[in-house]
Amino acid sequence: MNQVVLNEPLSQISLLFVSGAMAFIAIALVVFSFQLAKLSSDQSVDSSKLSNLEKLGFWALGLGTLVLTVGVVMRGIAAGRVPWANMYEFSISAALLILMVYLTALKIKDIRYIATFISGFVLVILFAAVSIFYVEVKTLMPALDSYWLVIHVVVAILASSFFAIAAGFHIAYLVKNSGFGKKVMNLFPDLDQLERLAYRFNIVGFVLWSFTLIAGAIWAERAWHRYWGWDTKEVWTFIIWVLYAGYLHAMATRGWRGSKAAWLGVIAFSAVIFNFTIVNLFFKGLHVYSGL
Amino acid sequence: MATSFLSRVLFWPRWFFRQLTSMRTALFLLLLLAFAAIPGSVYPQRSADPNGVRLFFDNQPELAKVLDSIQIFDVYTSVWFSSIYILLFVSLIGCVVPRTKIHYHALRAKPVKTPAKLDRMPIYRQFEAFEPYLDAAQAVLKKSRIRFTRSGNSISAEKGYLKETGNLVFHYSLIGVLIAVGVGGGLSFSGQRVLVEGETFVNNLASYDSFSPGPFFNEENLQPFDLKLEDFEVVYDLTNLNNRGQPIDFIATVTALGKTSEIKVNSPLAAPGANIYLTGNGFAPVITVRDGEGNIAYSGPVVFLPQDSNMTSLGVIKVPDANPEQLGFISFFYPTAEELESGAYTSIYPDPFVPLLTMNLYSGDLGLDNGVPKNVFALDTSNLKEVASRNAENPPLQLEPGDVVDLPDNLGSVSFDGLLRFASLDVAYNPGGIWVLGFALLALGSLALSLMIPRRRIWFRFADGKIEAAALARNDDPGLEDFLQRLVLEINKEIEKK
Repeated sequence: MNQVVLNEPLSQISLLFVSGAMAFIAIALVVFSFQLAKLSSDQSVDSSKLSNLEKLGFWALGLGTLVLTVGVVMRGIAAGRVPWANMYEFSISAALLILMVYLTALKIKDIRYIATFISGFVLVILFAAVSIFYVEVKTLMPALDSYWLVIHVVVAILASSFFAIAAGFHIAYLVKNSGFGKKVMNLFPDLDQLERLAYRFNIVGFVLWSFTLIAGAIWAERAWHRYWGWDTKEVWTFIIWVLYAGYLHAMATRGWRGSKAAWLGVIAFSAVIFNFTIVNLFFKGLHVYSGL
Repeated sequence: MATSFLSRVLFWPRWFFRQLTSMRTALFLLLLLAFAAIPGSVYPQRSADPNGVRLFFDNQPELAKVLDSIQIFDVYTSVWFSSIYILLFVSLIGCVVPRTKIHYHALRAKPVKTPAKLDRMPIYRQFEAFEPYLDAAQAVLKKSRIRFTRSGNSISAEKGYLKETGNLVFHYSLIGVLIAVGVGGGLSFSGQRVLVEGETFVNNLASYDSFSPGPFFNEENLQPFDLKLEDFEVVYDLTNLNNRGQPIDFIATVTALGKTSEIKVNSPLAAPGANIYLTGNGFAPVITVRDGEGNIAYSGPVVFLPQDSNMTSLGVIKVPDANPEQLGFISFFYPTAEELESGAYTSIYPDPFVPLLTMNLYSGDLGLDNGVPKNVFALDTSNLKEVASRNAENPPLQLEPGDVVDLPDNLGSVSFDGLLRFASLDVAYNPGGIWVLGFALLALGSLALSLMIPRRRIWFRFADGKIEAAALARNDDPGLEDFLQRLVLEINKEIEKK
């Protein structure tokens, strides 16, 4: 590998942009919450049309996405490689992809009502990234220096983004089904629709996750001389795959559709989060790249 | 009466099999499998982390024994984990084979008869038309390669058979993956060998430091070849201030099969019947020990195991041939040594800029002659006399490259003649890998088909100057209405053409 010249000043500017994006997304979160509160207190308003408040929220979210894009790209330039080689970089890239997938899906389907969940979730990721996971730009360790870093990791992030959005629908389903916060939940589509949307995002996520698993195995064969060795990260990738496979079977089993399947979806997504946080930080294994 | 007796005998097995192949059971087994995999990530596994298992046994011997009795350190080959996935696959086969039969017949059968009441279908249209409408519909269906049958005044069509095909192929591919993993693992082997610069390795069982063959491995499968480690280079980052000392590249230059090539992390060398991987490295100081009688009792490179990121390394030298007493050294190597306030040393950079060896010296019976195999990286000092160390009468020995130091008590001398690097190489072979990949990719492709393709039924019926058009999907299908709409538009176009 050629000697990379790291650009630390640029990585500092990138951090500024990431923080700026957080400010925009926080504004979006406040506005969306306010909108929900308003709608729930006044049921007569036609929620199918974009209100001024919502327009403001989506402007803030769009600007946040744009600023975050600049931040992520700068981080990549500063490190002289793809910006997802440690937990900090993985987090900001995942946040960006979730926003992009959500905003793109919004063009196709009216899923405005999970905007609050999405902006809140992305904000949590970015906050954790900046405050807990932050590390200065480093060169790649030789084990990560492979084009599989681009393929394997980017697809893993994309799969996680789809799972995250599906989890939003699952949570909405479960809250609505429990009868909690009836006024707010009345604004959400009916249970069937929520279940269908969750399923749609989960199947895309599942195909991408399967690809992640295969690409990871090919890379492991190159780097670690075996395609599968039950390393802790491999174990959890497998567990997540099996949980989502279970979810798909639940959706095809009488008596399991509905809240049971939704719970399964939430559990499977918790495993994704667990795999990224607890397994990365506290479990011993070969996937040591948190940089912390 | 014989049949009824037989059916009574078979009642419970049949009942059991029916339960096993139900979707509910598959779901239950899947969740159980996910759950059963968890302990393998919490406790060290013999396959992935044998050292961790050894440590666990040292630290908590009682608990370790209990856990070991339920195979917690071998989760993925354990009886309980294996029985879950074997049951899962039996359930899978029991479910998929009958479905294949049904699907095979469905592929050869004509689409179902047009139901009497089309207006009960989720998508339903009615509009005025003439009878030739059905001919035009037929032409459009044919052009779109949608399977249909016409009987009298109605057409029944069905599309999306690939959905079920994909689903079935996906499940069969998983069986393929499992078989390829099993057979490939059985025929596989992997062997480890540490090579110091200048050393040569010959590919036979005796040359390996450790070797783990699969159950069907045959020694004759080892292809003979030599491999010499010419040079090992580590490139460290010297450009970026905050990143100084980060390794950027490990390069093992080797001569094998009459060619010189490089082995790096992520880029193994393809040798006959195996790939050779670079998995570790470290320093091997060249040391000569002369005994109290002036004879050379040991001479050569000693492999030191790295202890931290700045390559502070630990090595053990056993000199059973020394006279009058056998000698043992526990030695630290610091590539860039710096003295701490306490007088101890530490390494502040992984490349050898200020290399230093410190040695504790022991004398006495090393216990190597009683035939019990001993770890070459550990010295049992319990029966030895501590001659030189921070706790002994004499201070630890300190050597820079080229130094010769006399040992206390006229035990002889030791010299640090030079510094070499070593590389740990893994030689691995698994013929199943390519098959696993093939089946996995087939599974991925068919999974995408089965999840993305909709299965749809479409009907047209002409009666009383009106056309009824209806559509039904097997699963939830948001595009169904659009689909029927497009078909109708195309049929209208087809009519206009004529």
